[in-house]
Amino acid sequence: MSLEVLLAAGVASGTVLLLAALGEILTERSGILNLGVEGMLFVGALAGFKVGLETGNPWLGLVAAVLAGTALALLHAFVTVRLGADQTVSGLALTLLGTGVAMVLGEGLAGGGTGALLPTLTIPLLSAIPFLGPVLFTDQSIMVYVGLLLVPLCWWWVERTRPGLHLRAVGENPTAADALGVNVIRTRVIYTALGGALVGLAGATITMAISPGWNANQTTSGQGWIAVGLVIFARWSPWRALLGAWLIATIRRLALDLQGPDEILGIPNVFHLYQPATFFLDMLPYLLVILVVVLGSREAIRRRLGAPAALGVPWHRGERGL
Amino acid sequence: MVTTRWMRAARAGLAGAVLGTAILAGGGPATLAQDANACEPAGGVQLPEAVDGKFNVAMVLIGPHDDGGWSQAHYEGLLHVCEYLPETHIAYVELVPEGPDAEQVFRSLARKGFDFIIGTSFGYMDPMATVAEEFPDSTFLHLTGFKSNGRNFGNFFGAMEDYKYLAGMLAGSRAKMDGETKLGYMATFPIPEELRLGNAMMLGIKETCPECTMDIRFINTWHDPVKERDGAASLFDAGAHVVFTGADTPANAIVAQERGKWAVTYDHPSSCTLDSCLTAPYWIWGPEYLRIAQQVKDGTYTAGYEYFDADSMAMGLYGFEEGQELQPGVAELPAEDIQLVRDTLEKMRNGEFTRFDVFAGPIMDNQGNVVLAEGERLDQSDLDQFPPGAPGAECDPCMYWWADGITAELP
Repeated sequence: MSLEVLLAAGVASGTVLLLAALGEILTERSGILNLGVEGMLFVGALAGFKVGLETGNPWLGLVAAVLAGTALALLHAFVTVRLGADQTVSGLALTLLGTGVAMVLGEGLAGGGTGALLPTLTIPLLSAIPFLGPVLFTDQSIMVYVGLLLVPLCWWWVERTRPGLHLRAVGENPTAADALGVNVIRTRVIYTALGGALVGLAGATITMAISPGWNANQTTSGQGWIAVGLVIFARWSPWRALLGAWLIATIRRLALDLQGPDEILGIPNVFHLYQPATFFLDMLPYLLVILVVVLGSREAIRRRLGAPAALGVPWHRGERGL
Repeated sequence: MVTTRWMRAARAGLAGAVLGTAILAGGGPATLAQDANACEPAGGVQLPEAVDGKFNVAMVLIGPHDDGGWSQAHYEGLLHVCEYLPETHIAYVELVPEGPDAEQVFRSLARKGFDFIIGTSFGYMDPMATVAEEFPDSTFLHLTGFKSNGRNFGNFFGAMEDYKYLAGMLAGSRAKMDGETKLGYMATFPIPEELRLGNAMMLGIKETCPECTMDIRFINTWHDPVKERDGAASLFDAGAHVVFTGADTPANAIVAQERGKWAVTYDHPSSCTLDSCLTAPYWIWGPEYLRIAQQVKDGTYTAGYEYFDADSMAMGLYGFEEGQELQPGVAELPAEDIQLVRDTLEKMRNGEFTRFDVFAGPIMDNQGNVVLAEGERLDQSDLDQFPPGAPGAECDPCMYWWADGITAELP
């Protein structure tokens, strides 16, 4: 068991969680809670795989995945932003809708092989850095690098630019933002759509890079839900989302790798001697999600964690704001 | 914005429509399909209906019917029944999780009047046992389990250990030729079946590569392509040269292909299309399903515990059956190893080499203990149970040991 190999695998499969969590962070920063991540992930995974398979071009697949994720997110935006419906209900319905649509349109594709694949790259020079080179920059999917670039970009955009300031204002106090001339409705629709686009990209990353192929209801392995929990764990910060995504993905792989060696650092390895102990490692990511979602559901704790103050609250001009 | 009554209605209506569409579009885990006439696969989202005046057969699958593995092999068996048994109506329900959900599905099928209901995953056993008591007029056949009520609920499985043993010979030969003596087995759950198959592989490997060892990862699932991929990668990263899978999909061959390594897939011949795949021990359920369906229809079926060997012709070894060519990774192997596999396969088909010959002494476990002395054989109760075995079918030494060469502890 080599640490570099383990972390490189965690970085690769964590990219799916990272992209989905980044999308949800952008959406939630505008005050819209979208629990439809799992549904958008499914349609993105299917659209990417299907278009990639039929055209043989993975880039067209990526475009299709982004469009599919965006389309579903726009439905959520229309129902919640325009009509002011309950965001939790609409988000859950979106998950059912997205999953169902992907199952129906994906009928017969499960035995379809791996389809078009996104390229893997080794970055010259960077890959020569000791430790970090083999972990981050050697033989990784191009989507890993996209994820790595998007993290600072998202952070800079949200925290350091004028449109980012508007975004935060809309998420914290839409009435005040409106009074200052920010278009609340438009901002929320745009970031909901952008969130959907990134989740769609995450879906395509599953079926065209990390676990190539369409595997019906098993395709996403519930990662959409983990991404929702990850947003709270990350306290709406792209950097912490990166760490969380890598951590969860590495634990997932560690549960398998730990079965191998009979001792680690001279200590007898309990996971080798008693395999059922790995069940507990399998549970860890989900326990983490349950914990943060439970914590995040308490208003007071959520405030302290730094949730956008207007998250989940419908807004209409003229009605009493927060 | 002033909220009017009209807008409230529109809001409620739209939310309802979204939710409604979602449910219609398959919010539940199961999709269903049937076709009364042509034995052609057809998709649908309703529970299948039985047809009056026909012999109604329903199958419940854990994965998608087109998974290229376990479920597809059963599904093709169902089509075979429809093709050869006149006046038969077939239906299937796919992606049914083990446990309480499965019980609902079995009960619904029985209530709709299906005469013969087949369940194809280990975890369906108890749900089927329960429902079989409620519907004495339907016959239930469970695969891969061990329970039976002696009337309308029977169990059925085959000696895949025969073919895993042969696959082990090929994998050992490949490893020896490439000078890499470490192999890997991605097992599903810590149950007797998985230990039996793993031991059969190891005994086969030893025939062609006495110095080879095999590492093991339990992935705790039958069907999770993402996790199967991780499990295979974990074994290859730990130095395995050939990886076997006990799960449903060819994920191990996909990973092997990426890394220039080798894999042995399982369940269905279409799982072995990549050049990285050496062979696939697979199932041919059609003839056996047809035989039992005929008995059920005639009222002559005796529910019990049936276990077939290679001479039933209900299994295959990809590359070695009629009309198939050796996979490229096998064609290069030493001729005497291939001949050994062909000869043993021939004996198996003739009934001269059975599972009891695979598990014939002398066998050592990986702790240095003697499992079986020279000339001894395991009994059926040893093959499919952990100690001490069921009351009345006690076993010794049972299937709770790893064969010599396996570098894992017992689960």
